[in-house]
Amino acid sequence: MKNKLLPIFISLIFIIVFILFYKGLQNTNIYTPETKISNKIPSFKGDLFYSDETINSSNFFNSDKFYLLNVWSSWCVPCRKEHTFLMNFKESKKIEVVGINYKDKKINAENFLIELGNPYKKIIFDQEGIIAIEWGAYGVPETFLIKDKVIIKRYIGPLDEKTAKEIKSIIK
Amino acid sequence: MLYSSIGYYALILGLGISLILVYFSIKNFQNSSTLNTKILSFTFLQFFLVVISFACLIISFVLSDFSNETVFNNSHTTKPLFYKIAGTWGNHEGSLLLWLLVLTLFILIFFLKTKNQPLKYKLLTLIFQQIIIIGFFLFLIQTSNPFNFIFPTPEEGMGLNPILQDPALAIHPPILYLGYVGSSIIFSSALAATYLNLVSKVWASHIKKWIIASWVFLTLGILLGSIWAYYELGWGGFWFWDPVENVSLMPWLALTTLLHCIMVLEKKQVLTSWVIILSISTFTLSMCGTFLVRSGILNSVHTFANDPERGLFILVFLFSLIFISLFIFFFFHKSSPNNSNSFFWLSKETSIIINNWFMMYFLSVVLIGTIYPIFLEVLSSQKISVGPPFYHKLIIPFLIPFLMAMAIGPKLKWIKSNIVDKFYLVLFFAISIVLSFLIVKKFSTNLLINTILVSSALYLFFITLRDFFIRKYSNISQNIAHFGFSLLILSILLNNLFSSEIITNLKVGETFTSSKTKIVFKSINQKQEKNYKSIIANFSIENINEKIEDLSPELRIYNQPNIVTSEADIKTTLLLDKFIVINIVQNQDYFNVRYQVKPFMLWIWISVIVISFGGLLSFFKKEHEK
Repeated sequence: MKNKLLPIFISLIFIIVFILFYKGLQNTNIYTPETKISNKIPSFKGDLFYSDETINSSNFFNSDKFYLLNVWSSWCVPCRKEHTFLMNFKESKKIEVVGINYKDKKINAENFLIELGNPYKKIIFDQEGIIAIEWGAYGVPETFLIKDKVIIKRYIGPLDEKTAKEIKSIIK
Repeated sequence: MLYSSIGYYALILGLGISLILVYFSIKNFQNSSTLNTKILSFTFLQFFLVVISFACLIISFVLSDFSNETVFNNSHTTKPLFYKIAGTWGNHEGSLLLWLLVLTLFILIFFLKTKNQPLKYKLLTLIFQQIIIIGFFLFLIQTSNPFNFIFPTPEEGMGLNPILQDPALAIHPPILYLGYVGSSIIFSSALAATYLNLVSKVWASHIKKWIIASWVFLTLGILLGSIWAYYELGWGGFWFWDPVENVSLMPWLALTTLLHCIMVLEKKQVLTSWVIILSISTFTLSMCGTFLVRSGILNSVHTFANDPERGLFILVFLFSLIFISLFIFFFFHKSSPNNSNSFFWLSKETSIIINNWFMMYFLSVVLIGTIYPIFLEVLSSQKISVGPPFYHKLIIPFLIPFLMAMAIGPKLKWIKSNIVDKFYLVLFFAISIVLSFLIVKKFSTNLLINTILVSSALYLFFITLRDFFIRKYSNISQNIAHFGFSLLILSILLNNLFSSEIITNLKVGETFTSSKTKIVFKSINQKQEKNYKSIIANFSIENINEKIEDLSPELRIYNQPNIVTSEADIKTTLLLDKFIVINIVQNQDYFNVRYQVKPFMLWIWISVIVISFGGLLSFFKKEHEK
């Protein structure tokens, strides 16, 4: 042990590196291509879940309100977790929650909503998964915040407390 | 469903056995002088359990059992069987299970093969290795369980990322892991040897085999990844200094340096600190790579899922290993009395030390280029991207003396050498300069630097070539490896100098004409395959004084997941590759066409194989002598 400073010094460096990595880890947010933000909603056509009504992109959204479009499925495990956050938006007057039911069986989806509650005003039944592709969804769950037929925010993966807070502050 | 449960419980049992093993080893370490035979049986049992678990995952993939979340996320019923199996390790959870499989296999081999080493050393290596294994078990079970259930069971899976559906990529992870995990044995063994003060010639010749084997696998693993990127990603290059490539290069650089140091240690009791630090850093760099690509800090095809929890786990685990090793190094390592200062200036040892410093320089360049952007973002939320120019500017100038040292170094003798009868060294150098001047003059604008670069590579090439005939096969493996390296650098340099590229937009039936080349877009075909639809474009390329060549690049539209990939068409000949790739131009009839002529591509791959062959030869040579 001719030099006791060296181990301390090196340990310090590694501690700093650790902190930087740790901070970097918290910074990680899923990379969203910038072109996708503030985009017009895509044109689509589909059937509603509880009625046989056919809707299309021009009459689905009104421009006076915020919309939260949530892509979900009964087999999607994280969807269960985020469902409580969607339920919180159900009573809000400023925002309307709508859903795209992605590649699902109708009976499973119905049971899912009976079990956990139905936050959606309308649900588009997307059995083939084509509408989700038109939205450029990566998978389930995924959520789009829409105003004036423009996507203002996009959340890949389940909503959580942080993102729910963010949505609340946007719609205020 | 059944297989998932079996697989899961096999993992839990495996973790339990780790704890038992640590307990027995510590007891055995303290008390007895003979090996407790239970330890060997438990090591075997642990390996067997992980094999069962891995086999269960493969079966779930083959049966398309979508009640398993990993299978659901990464497989699809229409996927060919080969990719169903390869898909097992083409995702985060499965690849970690593969990692664990190799870990347990290697510790078993280590135990069976290590005969003439002290018992305490074997036990301590086992303990360190089990710490790593426990870390991986916990990581798997806690954050990345490959056997999670989904209920209700979905009918279809999400499919494997199409760019991963490729034969080179199916074997790239297993080979690379053999290299990475091999370095974990080196790590544990170096720590054990340091603790017991065993870092000596005997230990060096024992661990050398592990180093060589890991090195060969790591080299081949990187090669496979690079070949894949060349024809699948459609960028028309073999190395992009992408962070993910860099994290595999860093352990390779450390391991290569270690390989050279261990040869010195085998002859003479010097460079012990170098050997220990390099053994530690090779494995920690591998782990650091895992952390960077899996945590989502870097974005790439290897970032299977962005999950900060996973990142945090690896980070804490990685730094625990680093601090354990630092502790052992600083408190137990006694540096040998005759230090590196006592080297004669002109000797093999000195040249290896020079080699070390060069390698460390290259390593730090790559390390800084990879990590600095992350740190900068944390500290100042600025985003910068470090690209090839950074690496080229910092590495290429230093390549010149490095290549020269590589040519001359092996000529020197151990301990002390003198320059007699080395006239040919000068002669060859003169020949190289003249020759490369003639080559470069014709084509390049940057005459001076390119001439020197090419001539230093040629110099190494000639010297090693000469040795095949002159030296009496005294160190044939080193010679082959160095020869391969000179071939690699030469091919890369010539490839850079003489590549040409045409980028244009063409409709079907149109022709592009330049002074030398004519590209005719003849027709387009469609084909329906099992899990994708393909659009095949037919081109014919006419060069002056050359026969007409037909090339058919392809666009594949995969149905599950819905992704378009472009498959380049490459005509490989001995001297050059013709590479063409198309892309859709949005909402137009035009296709974006990229045509490249890349000389000596084949030789880049061949030379890497030659390099690994050199390593392989020395592995078997040593085995044979004993």
